[in-house]
Amino acid sequence: MTNPIMSVTDVGKRFGGLVALSGITADFREGQITAIIGPNGAGKSTFFNILSGALRPSSGTLRFRGQDMAGVPQHDYVHRGIARSYQITNIFPNLTVLENVRVAAQAFRSRMNIWTDRTDYKDLEDKASAVLESVGLGARRQTLAKYLAHGQQRALEIAISLVADPALLLLDEPTAGMGPEETREMVALIEVLASNRTILLVEHKMKMILGLSDRVLVLHHGQLLADGTPQEIQANSEVRRVYLGQNDGYA
Amino acid sequence: MSTVRNVELASAEIPTGFAAFRCNLRRWRVPLSILALCLLPWVLPSQALAVNVLIYGLVAVGYNLLFGYTGLLSFGHAAFFGAGAYTTGIAIGAFGANWFVAMIAGVAVAGLLSVVMGILAIRTRGIYFSMVTLALSQLVYYTALQASSWTGGENGLRGFTVSTLTFPGFSINFLDPLVKYYAIMVVVALALWFVSRVLNSPFGAVIEAIRENETRARACGYNVERTKLLSFVLSGLLCGLAGTLSAMHLSIVPLDSLHYHTSGLIVMMTLLGGAGSFFGPFVGALAFLSMEDVFSLWTSNWQLIVGVIFILFVLYLPKGIWGTLISWRANR
Repeated sequence: MTNPIMSVTDVGKRFGGLVALSGITADFREGQITAIIGPNGAGKSTFFNILSGALRPSSGTLRFRGQDMAGVPQHDYVHRGIARSYQITNIFPNLTVLENVRVAAQAFRSRMNIWTDRTDYKDLEDKASAVLESVGLGARRQTLAKYLAHGQQRALEIAISLVADPALLLLDEPTAGMGPEETREMVALIEVLASNRTILLVEHKMKMILGLSDRVLVLHHGQLLADGTPQEIQANSEVRRVYLGQNDGYA
Repeated sequence: MSTVRNVELASAEIPTGFAAFRCNLRRWRVPLSILALCLLPWVLPSQALAVNVLIYGLVAVGYNLLFGYTGLLSFGHAAFFGAGAYTTGIAIGAFGANWFVAMIAGVAVAGLLSVVMGILAIRTRGIYFSMVTLALSQLVYYTALQASSWTGGENGLRGFTVSTLTFPGFSINFLDPLVKYYAIMVVVALALWFVSRVLNSPFGAVIEAIRENETRARACGYNVERTKLLSFVLSGLLCGLAGTLSAMHLSIVPLDSLHYHTSGLIVMMTLLGGAGSFFGPFVGALAFLSMEDVFSLWTSNWQLIVGVIFILFVLYLPKGIWGTLISWRANR
């Protein structure tokens, strides 16, 4: 077994009196696809926000490649190799598709120099174009992002995270609002992406998760209910009761 | 799937329509702007109006860097304009400073003030940001009102004049209206070139990204707070520069230049011309000051008419005069 790229130890989060997460402990191994599932309000989003640095845990520690992430500002996460996508499409609407990805790539370059042109970084443009090509948006480079169809915006969403070339990619419901055809394309894309990076994703589409992931975490009422392979999770009676059983068609 | 992609690719390489137009305009915007400013005194009814357009145009361009490109609505930019003007006036009047030294001092003080105000205001967002900038600028206003031995209080700062601009080897008669216009225009042109540089640079790309989506810009790895502060200070420096020019032009600094009314004017001009477009704020300043010039001949309630026009713009042409022209031209 490979080393854990990310270790979460006894992580909890409270908002005032509300306990959103408590006592989550898990290791994420390099190269795996891990899915996080759970009913609405189970704490999936909170957990995801903690993993991506958007929220600080109230208790517990987060280690990425052995380094404690406490006190690391959110904008440094991507520089260390953790990038995320968002559940609600979170792009730069009035910039072109190319500029959306190019500006994300530019974060890894000195940017306070006002004597260069942003277009002087040809390599960034090439990199952005290559990433757009890989998600199937190569032909839409000059379109303003707000004019893309929903599925294409989802793809752009992923492209923005991907151009950082993260070792750990966090995907928050990558197929939210997608039809079956678009979902199939997204699954194919995630499989390609997983060949050289670790992926964590939150999803609702059970059939997709069970086919795609190496491992599944089930959250319920802010606690880790189960942790195992898709087969183990499917067989787990507790999980069936709180989650899968609600929707036999998917399970 | 892959064959479809390849077909689409073939046509993707040629930027068409909007993109191509934006590209060309971006390359020529500084020379074209300077050409327009060169012609201004010959088109407008008075040279005084032309100089005002230059100065307020520069304020609005500086403000636009923050409002139109970074997406931060400040209601306190009069503080920087006023700080530049007062510092220049005091440097010349009380310390007998050379015009150039006085200008540098004015810009520097405006810059320092914007660092302080920026650090305090950027901790807040949205409407709270606007309110903090408003409150801080009013603090500056009342300080100037109270420190009347330095600032002349409510009478404004008087008793300094710049009649010649001396350079090593030659000097310029600053009392000749046309000479004065072109002297100020050279400074404004340099500032415009600087703003264009900033917008073309990678930094320009970052502030646009923050305007479009702050959360995402942070997730992309940008230090949003530091970038906002830098944009705030750059915009404060430009407004301060406009203030120093205004002081040298008028030979007085009215207390009103620090008042929130002036901050409101700056916002109005920027919106009227087109926030987020390079030359829009200048067009806004031109439109606003021309309306004032014309309507104030008819009635002392000219602000009523300008107000109605402004509301119509906000409702029906939210991109402003220049912004609307550009998108109309691009879509043809």
